[in-house]
Amino acid sequence: MRLEYFQMIDSVVTFDAAAGTIHCRAIVPERSPVFEGHFPGYPIMPGVLLIETMAQASGYLILGLNELARMPFFMGVKKAKFRKFVQPGAILDVHASLVHEGSGFTVTNARIEQDGPVCDAELTLRIMDFPAAELRGELVKRAEAIGLAPGAAPITEES
Amino acid sequence: MSSTFDIVADVISETSEIPREKITPEMHAIDDLGIDSLDFLDIVFALDKKFGIKIPLEQWTQEVNAGKASVEEYFLLKNLCAHIDELIAKKNA
Repeated sequence: MRLEYFQMIDSVVTFDAAAGTIHCRAIVPERSPVFEGHFPGYPIMPGVLLIETMAQASGYLILGLNELARMPFFMGVKKAKFRKFVQPGAILDVHASLVHEGSGFTVTNARIEQDGPVCDAELTLRIMDFPAAELRGELVKRAEAIGLAPGAAPITEES
Repeated sequence: MSSTFDIVADVISETSEIPREKITPEMHAIDDLGIDSLDFLDIVFALDKKFGIKIPLEQWTQEVNAGKASVEEYFLLKNLCAHIDELIAKKNA
């Protein structure tokens, strides 16, 4: 994770286009100004950043399914539950699965695990044409960097 | 038509917290009921699931924005229900 750049996902462990699922890995940094305020003497990952992490996993799932043709924008979250604190240095397994592919929007279920459930939510993402070519170019690079292979058969990368 | 309307009205009421008895077929989803785009997506999601269809919301929006269709064509509830009936018929054909 690079919290200051809002890059929450470090790698794609598995992406299964047929099943509509993705499993990503996200490593919480040991140090960040975020932890200085949240909270002094007891650093834990803010819940909103865990939601963002689930939204980004859902986004990469959709980008993988549409082969980076259109951009998912996070627009709604429901039923979010936080079950466990996440501390600096934690290695998180982030899962997202397709619930519904509507016209111009997608609904996913996402969850984060670290030795058991951390949080889960239902997310809605609006699907739009890329508003800027630069954005698509950067996302293509980022998708490659984290190991997302759009449109491909299921990939696995055990670590 | 009536059963489709009843389901649509129930979904709108549950999603938007509008009293069910205030929703009639002649009402406009946006102008009369004040449903915004995010709530409307929730309604479409629920209707897609209930009827097993995919409401072509993007296409409808493009048609309205391009002036090819009036807003009433898709967002007046009785017209919305008629379009849903067509989509259900197509699915079952």
